[in-house]
Amino acid sequence: MSDVCIVGAGIHPFGRTEGRDGMDQGVFAVKQALKDTGIEWKDIEFAFGGSAASGAADTMVSQLGLTGIQFINVSNGCATGGSALNAAASAIKSGEYDIGMAVGFDKHPRGAFNADPASYGLPNWYGEAGYMLTTQFFGAKIMRYLHEHDLSRETLGRIAEKAFRNGAKTDHAWRRSEVDLETIMNAPMISDPLNKYMFCSPAEGAVALILASEKKAKELGMPLIRLKTSVMRTRPPGSFEVFAASIDVERGGTATELAAKAAFEQAGMGPEDIDVAQLQDTEAGAEIMHMAENGFCPHGDQEQWLIEGRTEINGELPVNTDGGCLACGEPIGASGLRQVYENVVQLRGTAGERQVPGNPKTGYTQVYGAPGVSAVTILQR
Amino acid sequence: MSAQLIAENLFTEDMSALLGARNTDTGQIFFPLPLRPADNIEPIALASRGTVWTYTVQRFPPKSPYLGPVDPEKFKPYVVAYVELPGQTMVESRLTGVEPDDVKIGMNVELTAIPLDPDAPEAEQKLIHAFKPVQGE
Repeated sequence: MSDVCIVGAGIHPFGRTEGRDGMDQGVFAVKQALKDTGIEWKDIEFAFGGSAASGAADTMVSQLGLTGIQFINVSNGCATGGSALNAAASAIKSGEYDIGMAVGFDKHPRGAFNADPASYGLPNWYGEAGYMLTTQFFGAKIMRYLHEHDLSRETLGRIAEKAFRNGAKTDHAWRRSEVDLETIMNAPMISDPLNKYMFCSPAEGAVALILASEKKAKELGMPLIRLKTSVMRTRPPGSFEVFAASIDVERGGTATELAAKAAFEQAGMGPEDIDVAQLQDTEAGAEIMHMAENGFCPHGDQEQWLIEGRTEINGELPVNTDGGCLACGEPIGASGLRQVYENVVQLRGTAGERQVPGNPKTGYTQVYGAPGVSAVTILQR
Repeated sequence: MSAQLIAENLFTEDMSALLGARNTDTGQIFFPLPLRPADNIEPIALASRGTVWTYTVQRFPPKSPYLGPVDPEKFKPYVVAYVELPGQTMVESRLTGVEPDDVKIGMNVELTAIPLDPDAPEAEQKLIHAFKPVQGE
């Protein structure tokens, strides 16, 4: 089996871009990735791509060129980008193709995602009575987690403070101003214990990654950034997911724990081998839980880690170096690929002001979303 | 005409309990009864007392399909909790009779029904399930 390398990466800035739809942002990212790789669209043998709200990815061939390539649309909710990458990597590992692309893009309207009970198998009363809000789920889940592990609410504020600090140094971020802890802690509450600075917003953006076999990557003369593993897992029994009218008394594990375990096994590494990590931070609580679910620290140690600055850019395990979803917003189709893009930049050493010092060699990403899916990648230079 | 329940099959007929479902293959108990009947799903009356396992507060008026009051002037934040019914399941439910800032994980609560919009004329009121603190505790 061939090793899979990431030989090119492109991004359309996240946030709000008036007058440019999601698909056009996708095309922008693809062109940037091609330029980054030093190849042309006609050199791409296959593509996987998707968006949640901005149309079928394969229609972008009308803008990129009708080269007749295999282009498969991926629709997998919050794991859309991760799934596209996973499929692209498999196509190269199988030996069928030498070079291809994974692309994700989206443009969502302002405000929280609106959800329809019937599409989740729920009765209408669930929405009518005021339960059909993702923000409630995130609030209730982290409320329990803080209680169980004796973490203060300020822990959430520290995550948000770090996100905006890193976002201020990131070209592709949406929120580019620092916010101090006191301001964060005094902001209006959305869904206790989470306030307005602790949630990411639906946004816009696009990412394209170009993948190649090791042989092809060497031909191109690119630095070898290997995709050691790309794993996607669904939830085990007893997990706590969005839009649940009831949850089991007997608690279980999480999709992230399954994905992390499989990824470390496949890569032949452990959490201690990771130099930089991008972890899903839909809201500040998610980053706290994911620090532990991915195996980077024991449950309950997160507050101490944050106080000691261990997940800062110059800490021992920098987390969400581009400000994560909190600073970049969450275009569903692109979000997981943004994490991988950021690690490519960090491993190349071209992250500028936000560059992780010490020449990082390994990068970890984890995306999590409804209805209990998690996708992990590990990159190695 | 008095207040109506927001939906059928939410409570038992005498309103003393929520109507849950039991999977006869696995023994798993959950809420509410599924929209479509199945051979391995039987209705079960859930316990009417339990404890707060976790909670959050809805601080802003929800969008459609919410049918409660959404006027920002009149909207009152409401508590959404998961109430652990021992040995059965944890039910997502409003809490009533307690201010958002006074809710505690572990507090004992019991089932009741409340109008979704207390200011609506009684004939138009829709009742939803809620749990309230057990008196005398």
